[in-house]
Amino acid sequence: MEQLSFSTILGAWIAAFLTLGIFSYLYRDNPFYKIAEHVFVGVSAAYWAATFYWTQIYPNLFGRLFALDSPFANMYVIDKGHEYNGLYFFPLLLGIMMLLSVFKQVNWMARWGIAYTVGIAAGLKAFGYLSSNVISQVKSTAVELFSGELAFFAMSGPSIFNNIVIFIGTISALMYFYFSREQSGAYGRFTRLGVYFLMISFGASFGFAVMGRISLLIGRFNDLILFSDPSYNYGTFWMLGLIIAALGYWSFQNPERTEG
Amino acid sequence: MGNQRGIKYGIGILVIIVFTYVLSNYHVALNFILRRWDITIESIFNSDRAFLFIVLLTVIMVLLNEIRNARKDSDSIFLRTIPGLKAVEEAVGRSTEMGRPILYVPGIMDMNEVETVAGVIILGHVAQMTAQYETGLDVPVARSIVMQAARESCKEAYLSQGRPEMFNEDMVHYITDDQFAYAAGVNGIMQRDKPAACMYMGKFYAESLLFAETGNGIGAIQIAGTASQAQIPFFVTACDYTLMGEEYFAASAYLSRKPELIGGVTTQDTVKLMLIGLIIVGLVMRALFDLDIVSFNLLDIIG
Repeated sequence: MEQLSFSTILGAWIAAFLTLGIFSYLYRDNPFYKIAEHVFVGVSAAYWAATFYWTQIYPNLFGRLFALDSPFANMYVIDKGHEYNGLYFFPLLLGIMMLLSVFKQVNWMARWGIAYTVGIAAGLKAFGYLSSNVISQVKSTAVELFSGELAFFAMSGPSIFNNIVIFIGTISALMYFYFSREQSGAYGRFTRLGVYFLMISFGASFGFAVMGRISLLIGRFNDLILFSDPSYNYGTFWMLGLIIAALGYWSFQNPERTEG
Repeated sequence: MGNQRGIKYGIGILVIIVFTYVLSNYHVALNFILRRWDITIESIFNSDRAFLFIVLLTVIMVLLNEIRNARKDSDSIFLRTIPGLKAVEEAVGRSTEMGRPILYVPGIMDMNEVETVAGVIILGHVAQMTAQYETGLDVPVARSIVMQAARESCKEAYLSQGRPEMFNEDMVHYITDDQFAYAAGVNGIMQRDKPAACMYMGKFYAESLLFAETGNGIGAIQIAGTASQAQIPFFVTACDYTLMGEEYFAASAYLSRKPELIGGVTTQDTVKLMLIGLIIVGLVMRALFDLDIVSFNLLDIIG
């Protein structure tokens, strides 16, 4: 049996403790869940801050402002393979303006960064959405109905029947989102058909997503099973025993209160 | 009125098509004019994307006209009721009666997502209601820029209701950028503060069901709004009301009744009708092409 290092075993024990701590929420909110939650939130916030700085701000911003060919090269150099680009002072300025929000007198400056972000995103995405969502949808809905090559009905793959369903489903679902008319009478029944199509697609999407979540759960159980191995000194079992015993005692001391 | 508008838009689209056709086909003549400024039409206009250019100009034309109409008389514009929006005020009222706060989650993405922008706008309206009713509001966020924008939105809302003293910067607070750590943090807040109403308005991913399930567990009234297609099923399953897709984007217009926003909703409706028309024309042209009656397929021109 392979001898694992102390740090690997300790890491596995902590991972097992935190996983079981989060699972303990299935019982009710308890100190183990609180510990796991606060560790998770604190570590991830710090991790993200460090990651942002070292993978984005340092190489992409400072790497361009203090490049080898920059006018400041005699003072400070960050060589990340970029050329000097003075335009990058603009995002630096916007970033500083965001930080100034902590000072009441100048916190209005933070709005400039927000306005820039929203404005740029709106402009960039308008074209992308039109191209990928609107035009593609129009092309996909204008389906073949009179092609001699397609069978009228097929259980899978394209067929004239499926194309009719696509056409009616898209139009009726689109009309459901038409707000300038009351959904009543024949028009109301047509939009109701659109809702049915939406619900069927949501159901399929729900099932697909649940399958993905099950695979995540299996991943966590795989880890817990691995950490219950003798090479990890039965870490999962020890942690499980500790949590169940402590939770039992805590529940006895703090009975759940029901309202009313 | 409707016919007049149809004729006006028809003429407008015709002018846009002619304009695009000239840009696409008369390079030599246009370059002769542009020569004095040292630019060529090829450098500023991509003929391959001419159809998208037409669509974009058409949407802009419709938007400007609809906003102008809404400014003239927004009260006469009919918008059908959306049950989820009526529930927003109901939820604020319920929270006030129970003496518990409202939890508002503006999604997990940044301000470059249109859903987050819509979420922050709706937050402003919710904050106006909480200021009126003197109800607590808690807004945990996952992005620093969203925190700043949400604070501005809430501050303005409380000022507009004459209750600046009720605004507290900590009502909008950052948790973490990490998706599931944020979900764990928000779930913890739900369990401990027991908000009477939970609103999820923004862009969501896998954490949507974690929020909605916990909110359901604590017995809160839940209203969700998102255009994240894969997450709508989870909200529909676990929330009391769900604003789906465009209902969510129309929400701010419904709540504020501002002419500019109402104009935006009527623009969406008009563009939808145009697109349905385009689909039907495309379908017919494709059928005619398949039956060898016409020699070109309109869908190839679309791009």
